[in-house]
Amino acid sequence: MTTTTPAATADAELPRLRLDTPPLLVLPILALLALPLIGSFPTWVTLTVAGLAMGMMIFIMASGLTLVFGLMDVLNFGHGAFVSVGAFTATLVLLPMQGWMQADSVLLNLAALGLAVALAMLVTGLLGWAFERVVVMPVYGQHLKQILITMGGMIVAEQMIHVVWGPDQIPLPLPTSFRGAILVGDAAIEKYRLIAVAVGLIVFVAMFLILNRTKIGLLIRAGVENGEMVEALGYRIRRLFVGVFVAGSALAGLGGVLWGLYKETLTAAMGGDIMVLVFIVIIIGGLGSVGGCFIGALLVALVANYAGFLAPKIALVSNILLMVAILLWRPQGLYPVAKR
Amino acid sequence: MMLHRILSGDFPRSRVLALALLVVFAGLALAPFLFPGARAINVAATICVFVVLVASYDLLLGYTGIVSFAHTMFYGIGAYGVGLSLYSVGPTWGAVFMGLTLSLMLSLALALLIGLFSLRVKAIFYAMITLAVASAFAVLASQLSDFTGGEDGRTFSVPEALRPGFRLVENEIFGTAINGKLLTYYLVFFSALALFLLLLRVVNSPFGRVLQAIRENDFRAEALGYRTVVYRTLANCLSAATATLAGALMALWLRYAGPQTTLSFTIMMDILLIVVIGGMGTLYGSVVGAALFLLAQNYLQALMKQASDGLAAVPLLANLLHPDRWLLWLGVLFVLSVYFFPTGIVGKLRSRK
Repeated sequence: MTTTTPAATADAELPRLRLDTPPLLVLPILALLALPLIGSFPTWVTLTVAGLAMGMMIFIMASGLTLVFGLMDVLNFGHGAFVSVGAFTATLVLLPMQGWMQADSVLLNLAALGLAVALAMLVTGLLGWAFERVVVMPVYGQHLKQILITMGGMIVAEQMIHVVWGPDQIPLPLPTSFRGAILVGDAAIEKYRLIAVAVGLIVFVAMFLILNRTKIGLLIRAGVENGEMVEALGYRIRRLFVGVFVAGSALAGLGGVLWGLYKETLTAAMGGDIMVLVFIVIIIGGLGSVGGCFIGALLVALVANYAGFLAPKIALVSNILLMVAILLWRPQGLYPVAKR
Repeated sequence: MMLHRILSGDFPRSRVLALALLVVFAGLALAPFLFPGARAINVAATICVFVVLVASYDLLLGYTGIVSFAHTMFYGIGAYGVGLSLYSVGPTWGAVFMGLTLSLMLSLALALLIGLFSLRVKAIFYAMITLAVASAFAVLASQLSDFTGGEDGRTFSVPEALRPGFRLVENEIFGTAINGKLLTYYLVFFSALALFLLLLRVVNSPFGRVLQAIRENDFRAEALGYRTVVYRTLANCLSAATATLAGALMALWLRYAGPQTTLSFTIMMDILLIVVIGGMGTLYGSVVGAALFLLAQNYLQALMKQASDGLAAVPLLANLLHPDRWLLWLGVLFVLSVYFFPTGIVGKLRSRK
């Protein structure tokens, strides 16, 4: 008994990881700086909520990608395909269930939406598993081929959507009870944006807890730091990776459903278009870092919304400018992952 | 000996390949006389431009091992530069050269900036950043519609000597009128030939060898004392400048510059596919690949339409073979060739002996 006590105290005395605060401060500073520029408080609230909602959706789509990259050094350029497939799969539920969607009952609306999300995540998860098996597995460790192959995979997936669902856009109206806006003071806040923020927060918190409080999370984090060591300790990092890949794909599918409902129209190219933002986000956040990805997503979305209001012409390149600014400050992204 | 100088000592090293190259060269050189008709000559001119465009991309992908998604951006800068300058100044040679100079300067500046900014890090980083920059540029070009004509692009007139109405000789030669269109074709053809031979010179120079060393093992190249960042950035600038010139040639040929013909992602996909099918890391691949690909694109799609109409009764299959699904089959072909023929047609032919 006496011998365990010093060990326990030694455990407790392990230095805690220092929290790297400056990146955390960027967001509030940005929001506060934008306030006097915009001038009107209600407009600012509307823009900020819109930015947060957009940021949460981008985070959901980007988080899987950055984890996969951190864990296995695979950058999946075809990630956008899961976004499109997720959104289009949701129509399989949402369009036949118009009755539930149009019903004036929050419960029925939620049920229809929940069913659609579940199906979309299931399909994209399975697709992710197949994609990993067939497309990605043969090219581990070869960056050049990975980029080419996953890009090709994305084109094929996008075209298959055209084959299955036809070449036209599909309108996807929001359920009745999520339409419209609520007034807080003078600021109008769209209900759906609040839902997006809530879902994004739930995903972030769940991910944070899994990564920091469970054994699987511990293994994933260890794998990001040093995969070989985790393997040497007897864990099968391959299985871990397949799991993360499937989860990341399912999250992309969830993001696709949310994004599709946000835009209210679906095109097969939507995944490819959003990938540009997703790449900027994970570069800003630091490749492989989930926390950085979260902050990066919110930053990109807020800047896009503020710039869209203040100077629409600059808004087109605001993301690139933001990326340049961040990389000049921290060349490896906000939270660089140790080994790279 | 002469041939040795012209080809910079880089021979095809395969009889079949040499034959194929000769056929393509002869076909392109004599296209206006061999294949009458507006469509055939248009295909021939497009092949000429794409040989240069793809060869310049191969300098990056095949020789230096950098994946860029911004190649169409430089191509577009060249096309828009010449196009907008002819549109606003008027159809003079001065306008052509002004547009060319300005667009070359813009391309070089952008390539230098992107290169210095992101080539220090990994190949994957560069791929993502170029994708972002190129898509922002494409959006910009279609949004600034007062200046660029937006989605519709700009149609403009070219200097008089290049117009179809212009006659160099009154009589027809071998049944072909010697008009401005023919002159434009030969301008495109000889410029493309010169640019291609120049690129061949570059990749077989000591500079090109260093690029290949960086592709094989950048750490080792750095250890041998070569500043890899500098070499990569130079290759990037060179490739961008060549793509710009190819874009300018295309604009002169089409007398039009618009987002669909220059900046669209489909063209980037075409370039990638031609490089991979033709063979990465060999410029001859771009010749064989571009010729095959563009012929297939122009004449196979008609075949697909027939097949699709014939199968109209079978719902999913008819959709699969619809001409608009051309890209689907390209994508499948692309993935399969990266797996099974990483050295492409040229690599296959050379290894056969």
